[in-house]
Amino acid sequence: MRNWSFLLMALTVAVAPLSACSEPGTSTNTSADGQSSNVGGSRLQVVLNRGRLVCGVEGSIPGFSFLDESGAYSGLDVDVCKAVAAALFDDPDAIEYRRLDTTERFTALTGGEVDMLSRNTTWTITRDTSVGLEFAPTTFFDGMGMMVREDSGITELEDFEGKAICVTSGTATELNLTDQMRKLDISFEPVVYQNRDATYAAYDEGRCEGITSDKSTLISRRSTLPTPGDHVLMAVTMSKEPLGPVTINNDSAWFDVVKWVTYGLIQAEEFGITSENVDEFTTSKDPSIKRFLGVEGEGTLGADMGIPNDFMYRAITHVGNYGEIFDRNVGKDSQFKLERGLNDLWTRGGLMYAPPFR
Amino acid sequence: MVSESGGNGFSLRKLLRDDRFWKAAFQVLTLMGVCLVFAFLISNLNRNMARQSIKFGFSFLSNPANFSIGESVVEYRPQDSYAKALFVGLLNTLNLMTAGIVWATIVGITAGVASFSQNWLVHKISRAYVGVIRNTPLLLQLFFWYFAIYGLLPRPQAQLSISNLIFLNNRAVYIPWPANTSIAWASLGVLIVAGIAALIIWRWRIQVMVEKGASGKAQGMALMAIGAAALIILVFGLGWQAPQGLEGGGATGGLKLSREYAAALTGLTCYTAAFIAEIVRAGIQSVSLGQWEAARSLGLAPNVVMRLVVFPQALRVIIPPLNSEFMNLAKNTSLAFAIGFPELYSVATTTYSPTGRPVEVFLILMATYLTINLLISLGMNQLNQAVQFKER
Repeated sequence: MRNWSFLLMALTVAVAPLSACSEPGTSTNTSADGQSSNVGGSRLQVVLNRGRLVCGVEGSIPGFSFLDESGAYSGLDVDVCKAVAAALFDDPDAIEYRRLDTTERFTALTGGEVDMLSRNTTWTITRDTSVGLEFAPTTFFDGMGMMVREDSGITELEDFEGKAICVTSGTATELNLTDQMRKLDISFEPVVYQNRDATYAAYDEGRCEGITSDKSTLISRRSTLPTPGDHVLMAVTMSKEPLGPVTINNDSAWFDVVKWVTYGLIQAEEFGITSENVDEFTTSKDPSIKRFLGVEGEGTLGADMGIPNDFMYRAITHVGNYGEIFDRNVGKDSQFKLERGLNDLWTRGGLMYAPPFR
Repeated sequence: MVSESGGNGFSLRKLLRDDRFWKAAFQVLTLMGVCLVFAFLISNLNRNMARQSIKFGFSFLSNPANFSIGESVVEYRPQDSYAKALFVGLLNTLNLMTAGIVWATIVGITAGVASFSQNWLVHKISRAYVGVIRNTPLLLQLFFWYFAIYGLLPRPQAQLSISNLIFLNNRAVYIPWPANTSIAWASLGVLIVAGIAALIIWRWRIQVMVEKGASGKAQGMALMAIGAAALIILVFGLGWQAPQGLEGGGATGGLKLSREYAAALTGLTCYTAAFIAEIVRAGIQSVSLGQWEAARSLGLAPNVVMRLVVFPQALRVIIPPLNSEFMNLAKNTSLAFAIGFPELYSVATTTYSPTGRPVEVFLILMATYLTINLLISLGMNQLNQAVQFKER
């Protein structure tokens, strides 16, 4: 009798994890030989079924993604998540945010813990190819900068010979910094922290002469230092840092949704559609605008991707166009007062350009 | 047993009733289960990697790393390979680990023995230290040492100097250290030889004292002579260099311990030593009271009772758990990443982010820490055998 129960137990122990784990596997297999629409095996279907978007954000950079005292997220990166959620569910709050640090963000995405990243991630070729990511359109064209104390007397990179620079681990900046300093043949001491808060705390109490990151991040984090006025950004741009949302490689259906919602925000600004006047545009005579907003009977731009036709109408109603998002979070209506610069529309000399919606 | 009774053939009933059959079947099933789980995990990994068009492989290790590392025992340049970068990280880890084990053992044994002190204050300090340190998380303690203690030190321009021998600022700590000259290395060699010679004479002295009842005076004199010579070599032969403080902060000469290294070493030492203190205390308490009384009744002084009678017996209990404390310390060095020390785990995360190779890098990490800990275990097992009861 005792032996039988042993056997039963052994079988249960052996089989239980298998049956539990094999579920996602079988679902991918069945969907692979599925319909002409490749939505079935996509992350898109997972997100739609869940009714909620899981978005990976940074969470500690005011203006981009910041968790405030009331527990609400705000910022440019967060608004991109909200736009996607609004497009899918007509609800900008159908989001579960995950705060990810620089070293864990890609594994969280490739491991399927988050649906998309919207957290100051630089588009580079290695990340696009060997890391296995897919970069949606850039939402913020940035450059890498360096912040120092105003009284330190450091004005150019050459002054960093033998000095220490604080940097966050796993970032493109960490690699760019080395490249720049190698080019100039300057030996410096990098002090690398896993956590962004630790990096800024160490810089603030004087462990390093300089701290390097994307300029937007530096400006935003400067506002959180005890005496922001003591710190200045040096007049150097060490690299191009195009920042945008990221999804996993080889999932076109889901990538298309994130990509075209992002483009849609830019296109809306070009059309002049804002969260306030969007309803007036639904009766517009312009067929391209009606198509864009998914007005009944005017094209199937959304349905072709497997989402509602009025996805851009929803996104704009809830979060506004790209210009509104920019101004609200980092531009003229925010504490940072950043110029649009490269982030202006192509029609005004910037780099923001959306392919045609047709 | 039953199944061995005669040759009238195979019987299913008999087989099912045989205890040994079930024991074997259970083992086979477990093995199959484990194999299945692994096969599933590996195929799952393969499928996911194929979905993202990633190929498994270690060839990326020979690519140039293109990142800098703050401190390194060997020379490292950004154009060196990822393998070299990881090696630099490993050396930093081993450096921290070795120093940590030595200091934690010294502090831990001291604190453990101090808890038996007759001195009220010493006893209480030892107990409070163990109580506080053992019951707070190590990561918190590391941040405390890094930001609250070492962060309070003045800026390099206004650095502290302890009688011009040790310099402290919020970037680094400079301590005196032997010079890297051939004379210093020769002196180190002489010291090691002297140490071995002293050990042999020590054993010989005890042997003649026990077996022949000799006084051992001659050997004692020899030991003292060796000790005096060693002391002279230690002070003058190694060419100790005191750091020379610089005008603008920092120092030249001596040994520079970065603030990250110093904070990590202090934190790890304090934390592990508290556990070692408890192990030592438990070991000493495990020696029966009769041994103390017997030793005292022979007229031995209290410190001799501890050194010659109690502690050697306590070692039998102390060594096995000490082994696991050393292994914990070895693993905990990876927490130094949080305070910016470029040890193996830190370099590994910098490696897998641009290469997108978390699986390979984590396999390397796991294999490395496993090897380190197996080596520690091997060493401690040897030590354990040496202190066990000698059956005569």
